[in-house]
Amino acid sequence: MWFLCVFYHRLLDFRKPEVEALAELFGEEIAENESLQWRLPQHHHNDTPFHFVQLSSEEIATNIAKRSILVKGMYELWGEGTCYEELEESIKSYPDSRKLPFLTSGSTFRISVETFGKAMTFEEQNDRIRSFTYIPFEGKVDLKNPDHNFFLMEMDESEENNGLPPIVQRRIFFGREVGFADRKLLPTFQLKSRTYLGPTAMDAEMAFLMANQAKATSGKLVYDPFVGTGSILVSAARFGAMTMGADIDIRVVRDGRGPDCNVWSNFKQYGLPMPVALLRMDNNLPPWRSGLKEIFDAIICDPPYGVRACGRKSGGRKILRGTVDPYTVPDDKRTDHIPSTGAYSLVECVHDLLHLAARMLVMKGRLVFFFPVLRDDNGGEVKFPEHPCFKLVAVSEQILSSRYSRVLLTMVKVEPYSDEIEEAARLMHLEFRKNHLKWLEDGNIHSSVFKPIDSSQIHTDSKTFKDPKPKYRGKYV
Amino acid sequence: MLSCNIKGVVNKFPLRIVAEKVINKEVDFNPDFLKHMFGKIEWKALVDGARSMGYTELPDHAPDTKLLESDDESFLIQFHHALLELHLEEGSLVCPETGRKISVNKGIPNLLLHEDEV
Repeated sequence: MWFLCVFYHRLLDFRKPEVEALAELFGEEIAENESLQWRLPQHHHNDTPFHFVQLSSEEIATNIAKRSILVKGMYELWGEGTCYEELEESIKSYPDSRKLPFLTSGSTFRISVETFGKAMTFEEQNDRIRSFTYIPFEGKVDLKNPDHNFFLMEMDESEENNGLPPIVQRRIFFGREVGFADRKLLPTFQLKSRTYLGPTAMDAEMAFLMANQAKATSGKLVYDPFVGTGSILVSAARFGAMTMGADIDIRVVRDGRGPDCNVWSNFKQYGLPMPVALLRMDNNLPPWRSGLKEIFDAIICDPPYGVRACGRKSGGRKILRGTVDPYTVPDDKRTDHIPSTGAYSLVECVHDLLHLAARMLVMKGRLVFFFPVLRDDNGGEVKFPEHPCFKLVAVSEQILSSRYSRVLLTMVKVEPYSDEIEEAARLMHLEFRKNHLKWLEDGNIHSSVFKPIDSSQIHTDSKTFKDPKPKYRGKYV
Repeated sequence: MLSCNIKGVVNKFPLRIVAEKVINKEVDFNPDFLKHMFGKIEWKALVDGARSMGYTELPDHAPDTKLLESDDESFLIQFHHALLELHLEEGSLVCPETGRKISVNKGIPNLLLHEDEV
């Protein structure tokens, strides 16, 4: 069955992957190497909020819409057209067997008017609703709590509106709502009302999107190796998953800002189940017992890119550089000793993350993480991290500044973790240890993001310099 | 689940629990989750761990997986309690070979290694 899927006009890159992940979660059968089928309305640009998606049942469509963050509504389309005459023809030709069960005299209904890229006065809306005399509504109108909700959606041929390229032709849709997103979650979970926050706490909307990509649900165990204040795990716990987190910074993960302002309290605040465990550990030298594998259903995290927060790993700065040998702390000072840590480059961090996920995820388990990308105007292909155990299923970019953006990568474990993979990862780990400094320089995204603009270039280009970035705003919305 | 990963240590698991303060967290009972975890757990380590925290109800030997599917949930409830609700708030984990103490403070084990252990 085809459904009209209308999205909120934001985070454009994240919309379809969310629906795809949720479709899988709710039991849509998708053959291997295939994905959901999507179709665009005539003349629409890929970034339009209107998409058609094929799903096997209305139940799945309802479930997806209810759980999603970016789906405004899922509709069974009764008719569409470029003008109201065409719409009428279209609705009339839609089979009665699909329409009449929702128009019976015992039921209640409501018709709502939605527009995109234009505003409509109340009178105009009323006129349009009254024009539907050709649909044999027998039920009573109930504006508050109707059994059936109908939507009229209108989109005009606008100029450069909404950051989208101009739409060639006006389009009108009429359909029956089968489900809509519960955005009420967002005000409840918004960061400004969260007790314990850090500088890189994940925004609630994004955290829910990540939990959806990870297919977090009741009975699953979700792990965040860079847990920080727990902002990502909170969203996974909201969807019923068991959570577990680790961080190298003991102040963040253990102490917080007092007994009622720490990672635990962030879960308590929303009445969510506490994480199964919180650990203070180093992802570079993880303390899992040997033989332990395939335990997590998903790993979700926002690794330190080195822009707003830098990664740390065991071994002091000087030890890693090789200027001093590892030293022994005297016994009487050991209990309170704070082991020194050194910088942890993004490359090594991502390598450790992929290796951890390859080992600890169940088959078909999902690894969802953000990866920073420099926005190179020269248009070079970005190379994302790869691993033999994983297949990349979704890439969603969120632009952060004119210099860099972050990309949410969703990977699915498709190959089991083998001895060879373990050995390769061990060798790579040693290579990172040996050439610590070199990797640190290579993977330094901080300096590229914050480097001053090359002034000589601006001067020479100033005559032709108008606007280096095209007007089209697409992903910014 | 955790082990001592000091370089060169062979006999790393299981860590012995020295409990100073154990608290009970209430966690919703979820049979599916427990069944999934059951296969991943080193039974003996869990039993010893639970005992050192004062909970002795678990059987010495891991029961047959058939018991998990039966209608009698009493075992799953015990397993649930030992695995998820017993929470070591203060104490330490001790490495079976080196005797290195991993302190547990405010419910969080500090697994970071010292400079000479990396």
